[in-house]
Amino acid sequence: METKTIQKTKETLQKTEHLTGSEAIVRCLLAEGVNVLYGYPGGAIMPVYDELYKYQDKIHHVLTRHEQGATHAAQGYARISGEVGVAIATSGPGATNLITGIADAQIDSTPMVCITGQVASHLLGSDAFQETDIVGISTPVTKWNHQITKASEIPEVMAKAFYIARSGRPGPVLIDITKDAQFEEFDFAYEKCTAVRSYKAVPETDEDSLKAAAKLINSAKKPLVVWGQGVILGEAEQEFKNFIEKAGIPSTWTIMGASAIPTEHPLNVGMVGMHGNYAPNILTNECDVLIAIGMRFDDRVTGNLATYAKQAKVIHFEIDPAEIDKNVKTDVAVLGDAKTSLAAILSLINKNEHPIRRRAFDDLYAIEYEKVIKNDLHPTKEGLTMGEVLKEINIQSKGEAAIVSDVGQHQMIACRYANFNQTKSNITSGGLGTMGFGLPAAIGAKMAAPEREVVCVCGDGGYQMTIQELGTIFQQRAAVKIVVLNNDFLGMVRQWQQLFFDKRYASTEMTNPDFVAIAKGYHLNARRVTKREELAEAVAEMMQSKEAYFLEVCVEKEDNVFPMIPTGASVSDIRLS
Amino acid sequence: METTSKLFTISVYTENNIGLLNRISAIFQRRHINIESMNISVSEIEGVSRFTIVVMMTEEKVKKIIGQIEKQVEVIKAYYHTEEEIIYQESCIFKMKSDLLFDERQIQNIIKDSNARIVTVNKQFFVIEKSGRKEEIELLYRELSVFGIMQFTRSGRIAVSKEEMKISSILKAINH
Repeated sequence: METKTIQKTKETLQKTEHLTGSEAIVRCLLAEGVNVLYGYPGGAIMPVYDELYKYQDKIHHVLTRHEQGATHAAQGYARISGEVGVAIATSGPGATNLITGIADAQIDSTPMVCITGQVASHLLGSDAFQETDIVGISTPVTKWNHQITKASEIPEVMAKAFYIARSGRPGPVLIDITKDAQFEEFDFAYEKCTAVRSYKAVPETDEDSLKAAAKLINSAKKPLVVWGQGVILGEAEQEFKNFIEKAGIPSTWTIMGASAIPTEHPLNVGMVGMHGNYAPNILTNECDVLIAIGMRFDDRVTGNLATYAKQAKVIHFEIDPAEIDKNVKTDVAVLGDAKTSLAAILSLINKNEHPIRRRAFDDLYAIEYEKVIKNDLHPTKEGLTMGEVLKEINIQSKGEAAIVSDVGQHQMIACRYANFNQTKSNITSGGLGTMGFGLPAAIGAKMAAPEREVVCVCGDGGYQMTIQELGTIFQQRAAVKIVVLNNDFLGMVRQWQQLFFDKRYASTEMTNPDFVAIAKGYHLNARRVTKREELAEAVAEMMQSKEAYFLEVCVEKEDNVFPMIPTGASVSDIRLS
Repeated sequence: METTSKLFTISVYTENNIGLLNRISAIFQRRHINIESMNISVSEIEGVSRFTIVVMMTEEKVKKIIGQIEKQVEVIKAYYHTEEEIIYQESCIFKMKSDLLFDERQIQNIIKDSNARIVTVNKQFFVIEKSGRKEEIELLYRELSVFGIMQFTRSGRIAVSKEEMKISSILKAINH
């Protein structure tokens, strides 16, 4: 194949070694700094597994209990560390089981390299055992993919895979390798990829756009910053903080942007979007300049586009040119990496404070507190709320834990109420909304950052989609803290059924197993809480545990998550009940 | 911006790699857009392929599509053009019964008037080729169809822009 990578250091030719394709793959992984990967063996990838056996002192393979779990674990690893997560699987069903995780990584811009075995090249297209067109299947959900049929392609393709996965707007890359290429011997030499001629990882930041943006920011009376994961992916947290602090602008985050600055930062006014905070949603439609940074105006953030921030001039700081004007018309687009562009604009903006504006947020927060937050965090009714569980986790973690959530009501509660002191601490499936993400992602997160407390918050529905990964937790001794907020319902769907389908609870009630017994079956410490009096002590016990710990909290069955912007409504039509 | 649908010709310069056709067509499929025609060939630059895609849509949509196409790693550059901004051609081939050449004398006039040409003749059939704009090809088709066409096929559009595309300088810039 012609990859057209540009190898600037051609003169620094490395010495070659005679290796098999499968050993070359492991050597490529080592050269890219990979020391842990997640996967599941099978026929077409066995030669690589044989090499992983030989190299086990250098690279740790984690056997998940399903290939989907391998991708989510790799995602969790990538999200907490900023490094490329790696998943590996065999051909056919092994490969197709990766697809959900790959799609999740694509929509949430997570750097990941997936390696799949493939039937021998002479069998391609013959409907051979466990043959599937994984390159075809994964095309719409990968940043790049490629099939290797000759061992000699391996070094260049692998180098390119890692470069593409991590550079620019990150994303998943899938490399499919035929079994004969794994066996084939060739002269191996590895050189990292630093550029691909048809691919511009980061567009240049244009000086004029910075000036135009600064001019709008300096003249704004009621500005609002909405930041997304771009701040975290670009490792621009400090530059972002400097920017908002100098400009004195209230700043709100999308679910993917959570934790870029501490929850307690005085300019952090909470989350936007469907279940975001009242003030930033309402005030989106009152601001005069909307400054979007590293976010993509997802429909869960904007509600009805026809009524979204129509009064505002929009500035969009963005690394991906395809995002400009995709959903919201931009007045000034500042292309480039957030770290670079935010640093560059700092000297162009005036020092400012917007005290009246800040009061508007405080006033609306007071309303939300009275109507929603107070009842979530300090309930007076008998049943336990999800919010009070998060409150206890905050108390015990002192805001230092990474919260890995699954998808549904508990996810919205976790994102709304978790305290974050550190960046890269909110690991959740934002764009794809993949139930089953949480448990395996928590494994990857804990392995990438063993020094950090990793708390996996799940609902009873999503937990059971990848519950088998308890086996991985047990086998790896991964000290993940698992909290299942059990309401015996697929809670978010039930909430919609209640609000929009006249309470016809079609297939949302769950008859659940004994979760504590299951956890104990995997030899985990486990406990169930049904009463408020036990909650604080149980959460404390969990957090103090040095090992994995499972905590089931039986919460109120039919609680709803508010505020809520109904689908298709305007952000300013956010409901408090 | 124009909100009515019209024909746009999209030109995409890419690396010559397996799978890229799938990747580009998936961009249209995902958005439920029907492709009017597509042609892939070599370009003026060695090793660089050129896609010519014709679609009917609004300019606002085609701009977003260009963004999504250019986002693909192996795409060098994508452009869109209106009908006025390009020179374009299509090509077609008709297979017809040889008897018609003798029985229906006006066929020869039709061929001459339409600037078509006979590629081959044998005892059973003869083959007509015609290059031109879509309307010219459609006209020829209507004129010949009354005599009975054994086989007909038409190529996708190929087009060059009136303005320069500067692919070589883009490639040079990336290389340095």
